Amino acid sequence: MPVPGHLNFYIDPGRCIGCNACVLACTECDSHKGQSMIQLDYIDRSASPQTVPVICMHCDQPTCAEVCPADAIKRTPDGVVQTARKPHCVACNNCVLACPFGVPKMHTAANLMMKCDMCYDRSSVGLKPMCASVCPSQALFFGAADEIAAARPHSRAIDAFQFGRQSITTKVKIMVPADFEPDALDVTAALAGPSADLIMDNLCDEGEGQ
Amino acid sequence: MSDPVSDQITRPPDGRAPEEQPRWRQDFPIDQHVEQYVTRREFTKFMVLTSVAFVVGQFWIAAQSLLRRKESAPGLEIARLADLPVGGSLIFDYPEPGQACILVRTGEREAVAFSQLCTHLSCPVIAQADQGRFHCPCHNGNFDLATGQPLSGPPRRPLPRVRLEIRGEHVYAVAMEGMAV
Repeated sequence: MPVPGHLNFYIDPGRCIGCNACVLACTECDSHKGQSMIQLDYIDRSASPQTVPVICMHCDQPTCAEVCPADAIKRTPDGVVQTARKPHCVACNNCVLACPFGVPKMHTAANLMMKCDMCYDRSSVGLKPMCASVCPSQALFFGAADEIAAARPHSRAIDAFQFGRQSITTKVKIMVPADFEPDALDVTAALAGPSADLIMDNLCDEGEGQ
Repeated sequence: MSDPVSDQITRPPDGRAPEEQPRWRQDFPIDQHVEQYVTRREFTKFMVLTSVAFVVGQFWIAAQSLLRRKESAPGLEIARLADLPVGGSLIFDYPEPGQACILVRTGEREAVAFSQLCTHLSCPVIAQADQGRFHCPCHNGNFDLATGQPLSGPPRRPLPRVRLEIRGEHVYAVAMEGMAV
């Protein structure tokens, strides 16, 4: 049974308060067996408490599935990219390295990649994913497009991204300010910032010490 | 759906048509429903090959049965008939060592043999030919000498019978009744 077509998953990263409720709720999903398939990332820990929930964007051309040598990652007809299938996954970490959004995570104890599957056993029958059902600030929103448009008139949803030469369209949408024009993301830009400066300073200090 | 390749919803990154994709991409599609799709040709091939395998298997079993039937079992020589008086009994192992059986000569050229283990609690039975029975002294159970059926006492199941052949002056055990050779 496919996910109802009128229901979409929206991420509004600016609304995230870092409470970790989504990470804990993910473990409660029936098919996740107590393992959280999502994580919370800090944008720039030394400069800001801002966090971003990292859930799978469910790309139209999933890079993780493209690079998987064991044919372990599959996509359902309604566009949900499933987590790795246990009999197939060989824990090679290709998907962890390849995903432009940094979503797949390797569970080394289980030798298995686990990533967000949009709580497919719930969303396929019209229920919200566990993370969206517990998010107190609704940074994770699962519902109809007109519903979120009415609730947040100053934001709009985007689902197209540019990573260098790679163009990606996703099933999950990100809410951005209405007047925001996305640029191509320079993945090396993250190396120039307060955290990067601290890292470089430490390296220089160690160098001077030697 | 008529053609699973064209029904793929995940487009390859290079944007070329599905027919132009390499073979490995067709054999290992990312779309779940394409992978699970079984064409009519594949289904028919599977059914035909499976049926052929079953038929061949049946013929093989029949051939093995014919071969097995031709080989008559030599049997185990138990005793010379003359060495045993009429009404006398003899203990022997059949079909495996340690499985005690009892042979009783009932006539000039007649004999019966049964497993010696009482079907109640596996005590050894003794032959009492003058009374026409096998007697189990443990719990006073009795079996008929000719058929092995229980006559009295706790046993409910008959003693397993050993099929005998008398060839010349010798008695051979050829089979345990109720068991495959």
